[in-house]
Amino acid sequence: MAAEVYLNVAVSGLLTGLVYGLMAVGLSVIFGVVRVVNFAHGEMMTVAMYLAIALFNSLGLDPLVMAVPVAGVLFALGYVMQAGLINPFITRPEYSQFMLLIAVAIIIVNVLLIVFGPDARNVQTSYAFDSFLLGPLIIDATKVYAGGATLVITAALFAFFRFAPLGKAIRACADNYTGALVVGLNVKRLYALTFGLGAACVGAAGSILVLLVDVTPALGPALTLLAFIIVITGGLGSMVGAVLGGLLIGFTEAMAGLFFTPSAKSMFSFGLLVLVLLFRPQGILGKRVL
Amino acid sequence: MRRTSPLSCVRITRRSFAAGAGAAGLLAATGTANVARAQSGPLKVGVLLPRSGAQAGIGQDCQRGVELAPAMFKALGLPELAIMNADTETNVEVARARAEKLINDGAQLLVGAFDSGQSAAIAQVAEQKGIPFVINIAAAPQITEQGYKFVFRNFPTAPMILSDAFANQMELFEATGAAPKSVVFMHANDTFGTSMQQGINAVFPRFNMPYKIVEQIAYDATARDLSVEVAKAKATGADALLMVSRLNDAILITRELVKQRWSPMIVLSMGPGWYEDQYLKTLGKLSDGPMSFVPWYDPNKTLAQQLEAALAKAYPGINMNTNHVFTFEALLVAADAYKRARSSDPKALADAIRTTNITDNVSIGPGIQFNDKGQDDKLKNAAIQNRGGKLLTVAPKAASNAKPELPMRPYDRRG
Repeated sequence: MAAEVYLNVAVSGLLTGLVYGLMAVGLSVIFGVVRVVNFAHGEMMTVAMYLAIALFNSLGLDPLVMAVPVAGVLFALGYVMQAGLINPFITRPEYSQFMLLIAVAIIIVNVLLIVFGPDARNVQTSYAFDSFLLGPLIIDATKVYAGGATLVITAALFAFFRFAPLGKAIRACADNYTGALVVGLNVKRLYALTFGLGAACVGAAGSILVLLVDVTPALGPALTLLAFIIVITGGLGSMVGAVLGGLLIGFTEAMAGLFFTPSAKSMFSFGLLVLVLLFRPQGILGKRVL
Repeated sequence: MRRTSPLSCVRITRRSFAAGAGAAGLLAATGTANVARAQSGPLKVGVLLPRSGAQAGIGQDCQRGVELAPAMFKALGLPELAIMNADTETNVEVARARAEKLINDGAQLLVGAFDSGQSAAIAQVAEQKGIPFVINIAAAPQITEQGYKFVFRNFPTAPMILSDAFANQMELFEATGAAPKSVVFMHANDTFGTSMQQGINAVFPRFNMPYKIVEQIAYDATARDLSVEVAKAKATGADALLMVSRLNDAILITRELVKQRWSPMIVLSMGPGWYEDQYLKTLGKLSDGPMSFVPWYDPNKTLAQQLEAALAKAYPGINMNTNHVFTFEALLVAADAYKRARSSDPKALADAIRTTNITDNVSIGPGIQFNDKGQDDKLKNAAIQNRGGKLLTVAPKAASNAKPELPMRPYDRRG
């Protein structure tokens, strides 16, 4: 097989991985601060995807542009969910948190099924079938745009947590819960803001992902599983780890499909997960818990 | 003097109650078995389809065939059917449980269930309970190889589909004077895709096809991205694609063909996906060209034209397809048998189905008849081609309504 085939597949895998990374960032942000594992992560993303499709169909607005308002809507949803539903469960055993969020996930899937039906939906942008020709490389234009948007959103989020006072306060909550309380931070509000931010990431990712993937209500659980593989590989709670995990999974799946059989792609991403769990249980960029 | 009510004259003890209940139960059981169920009122038909779950879209498409039946049967002078709908949830165990429930609720005949696994489970229940089961769509050959007496299938088995597909391809290559010299065979790695792959590998050497299969690529039917698969297929330099897919993967592969700037000479599909309405609507002009080799309707038959007109009226913009045709025909078999049996007795119905001879039907072939195993072995497949958002039958010639276009127009020259 010609070298250009390997190069094409590698670039495609990395671009897909970037979008996977954005998808997983929200999960990592929420766990990193609130310490709640969002089992409704993929389902919330399908909500964002349907929202982007509805806006595209009714107003003709590009999903890349709609990533911002969709993120806003998901932020509100996440804030309300945390403040009204999840907060009472923060001090309860983990299994009751799991059950609560699994119940939320099942409800979302069924509501989407009732509202939108089982058929796959997508958006047809003017550039949906475009590709860039760079020498021997043929690069999917949609993936380039989606990957670029991912980098911008992740950089903005990183800057927020690094430099904004609110971001620093949220990090303080994540680092030392009692200390945050002692210095007078409103932890419950910060938790709700964090869940909202995580959900906003999901919203932006969903709006971008709809350019690449057709959405059905049944897609939610598959996305949840993928996000878990990525954040565990990259390091649960680490934003950069989530992006790195996405890139690794995207690249691994692409190369495994090329070198071995495409139907075994998932096997290799799970294999990578097993290796990480064996040799670096906290994930590639995760912090070791003593 | 003690006053007693008439009821209190008989003292009911625990023992007498148990004996009475047992006798009543026995009476009820034998009563049910012995009452001759003469034709009175509509036949209760339980229709099992995957209305939710992974196959929900197809199940709901099949339902359109159910909805069209009553008015058309009335016009044909066939008896009324009382439809009892049930959802298999695309799950074999649920299909089994729903079949049992339908029978307990009074269903006198079952129809369904699109999928081989679900249909096989329902067949076991139907046979055990002695209730006729008419399969609308399911291709696994073993279902009618079990010696069942109450199971009937008006749908071709996988070997029948494959043999017809290669024969139709030869006819098309001869008619157009064009044929690929090499193909890449891409197939979904689910039960259907894998069994078709095994079948194709077994049947292919028996046909002197003008092309070689240069590479076989199995892929995950639920994949969200098939760019690697298409890149691998393109790298072989093959002339054409031989496909066994589902709907979503067919759409994904077409998108990748366009993005990766590869226009195969033709896409030859041996399964669903490439002819479905959602494929046509999603891809527009890019959906034109692929040929599908599938159980289909004869557009020249009167009943097919009537069904197509009824579908167009009830569901504007929906092209008639396998799902509508074979679900409608399964109910046609039920209504025809009920008319001839003049009874809803399961055995009488099964006997009537066994002697079915419906020549005024929709699907391709001489009509609906069942062999000793309950299989309609006279069904013929068609080759259909997507053109201008329509599905045209291009082979066999006797059932065609258009000439084939081969090679298909390259994706980058479609305006």
